[in-house]
Amino acid sequence: MNLLTKLWRSSIGKKWLVAFTGLALLGFVLAHLLGNLQMFSGAEKINAYAEFLKANEKPLWLARIGLIVCFVTHIVATLSLVRMNRAARPDAYALKRSVQAKISTRSMALSGLTVLCFVVFHLAHYTLRLTDSRFKVEAEGGLLKSAHDVYNMVIMGFQNPLISSFYILSVGLLSLHLSHGISSVFQTLGLETKRSSIWMPKAAALIALLLFAGYASIPAAVLSGLLK
Amino acid sequence: MNLHLKVWRQKNPATKGALVSYEARNIPEDCSFLEMLDLVNEDLLSRGEEPIAFDHDCREGICGMCSLTINGIPHGPSETTTCQLYMRKFKDGQTIYIEPFRASAFPLLRDLAVNRSAFDRIQQAGGFISAHVGAAPDGNAILVPKTDADHAMEAAACIGCGACAAACPNASAMLFVGAKVTHLAALPQGQPERERRVLAMVRRMDAEGFGNCSNYLECEAVCPAEISTTVIGQLNRDYAHALAKESL
Ligand code: HEM
Ligand code: FES
Repeated sequence: MNLLTKLWRSSIGKKWLVAFTGLALLGFVLAHLLGNLQMFSGAEKINAYAEFLKANEKPLWLARIGLIVCFVTHIVATLSLVRMNRAARPDAYALKRSVQAKISTRSMALSGLTVLCFVVFHLAHYTLRLTDSRFKVEAEGGLLKSAHDVYNMVIMGFQNPLISSFYILSVGLLSLHLSHGISSVFQTLGLETKRSSIWMPKAAALIALLLFAGYASIPAAVLSGLLK
Repeated sequence: MNLHLKVWRQKNPATKGALVSYEARNIPEDCSFLEMLDLVNEDLLSRGEEPIAFDHDCREGICGMCSLTINGIPHGPSETTTCQLYMRKFKDGQTIYIEPFRASAFPLLRDLAVNRSAFDRIQQAGGFISAHVGAAPDGNAILVPKTDADHAMEAAACIGCGACAAACPNASAMLFVGAKVTHLAALPQGQPERERRVLAMVRRMDAEGFGNCSNYLECEAVCPAEISTTVIGQLNRDYAHALAKESL
């Protein structure tokens, strides 16, 4: 039996898989934010970045496949852990007080599943461009100057307040997920010490907050007319 | 003082249980929580009713036999065992919910008494060192640095009461298993069986049907021995290391 099946079959092993895939996803979330923030450097910059990504098809697909594997593993493993944990407490307490558990910790499955819904919509919206007929080149009846005219696509997309609000809410919940996740990962991997257990949750919350500010700034800037 | 109690009553594992209300009257402030239940039971007996079954033994905070989830918190509102909880912690006229420790791995026997032998079986799976007995060895034959001894002692303070699993939303036993693993991993005597121990104990823990840690940190908040969740980090690390060595 190899290491992967052994990890999968044990509770702690599954948590290691959740931790590693969560870290990989976090890496993506950080890199994606840095890419997206180029919206603030003008259309040429971000459109050239989009073109650069699309021009490197092999590495792009390699990264995408890696991400899909991590995403699916993360979700399947966490849902399996959630099921095990529910089964471990079949009879609920009539009255149960929690002494120090944080909201972010208690809502991991909820925040995760919202992120999942968001990711599905986000891919249909800006990657596959299925939800908006304007996201096509002019020759095909759309409003984009070229297939890499990401800038105008994002502006048009976020001018819809409903869509912008959904994006902001979703990155908010992602941030909540990560304010627990980033510190939890160190405990799962056995790297936490008495001292780091004091500052790590604060550092994680700060990183999560910065991520939220970064991601939310784009729809907020479009809605307020700062970006047009 | 007078108290309104809501106590979980259940005849046996097969029947359904329910919360039953009792009035506890004229309870001295200085009696312990278990003594309060003793008084309630005397009253029940004098009226020809079945007394409330609950676990207890030493009544001095060292054996880990007392349990009870009191107003939603295992061992109640003080950071001690239930036997060391005194009624002065409560207000006159207060309503107190008294429920058993709940986890599928702690099957209920009757009323508030649950079977916690799952912990014993985890311990028997590897929470020991195999030593040949003979003449007592010289006290300083194996040198242990003071910091290591302190670290081991902190973890060894666990009395195996099960409050960690009872408090955890996942009914996880990882604070208990982590304490046992950390205790022996800190000492030279624990090294030869270190990997075998952690693998066997975690496998037993999973087989018993406990959940696993999501870092809610509820366990360390209720632990009467003040075991820190850093022992869970050590458990995670030791387990992964042993599993990798076993498989690669
Ligand atoms: C971009 C997406 C995501 C990122 C960056 C991410 C990141 C993380 C991280 C870093 C952790 C901590 C792992 C640990 O405690 O060791 C975690 C835990 C968790 N994630 Fe995600 N996650 C994402 C999406 C999701 C989704 C879609 C779900 C859907 C179910 C989900 C469910 C969970 C749950 C339930 C946990 C807690 C597991 C536990 O401690 O018991 N995550 N995530
Ligand atoms: S009865 Fe022994 S610890 Fe409470």
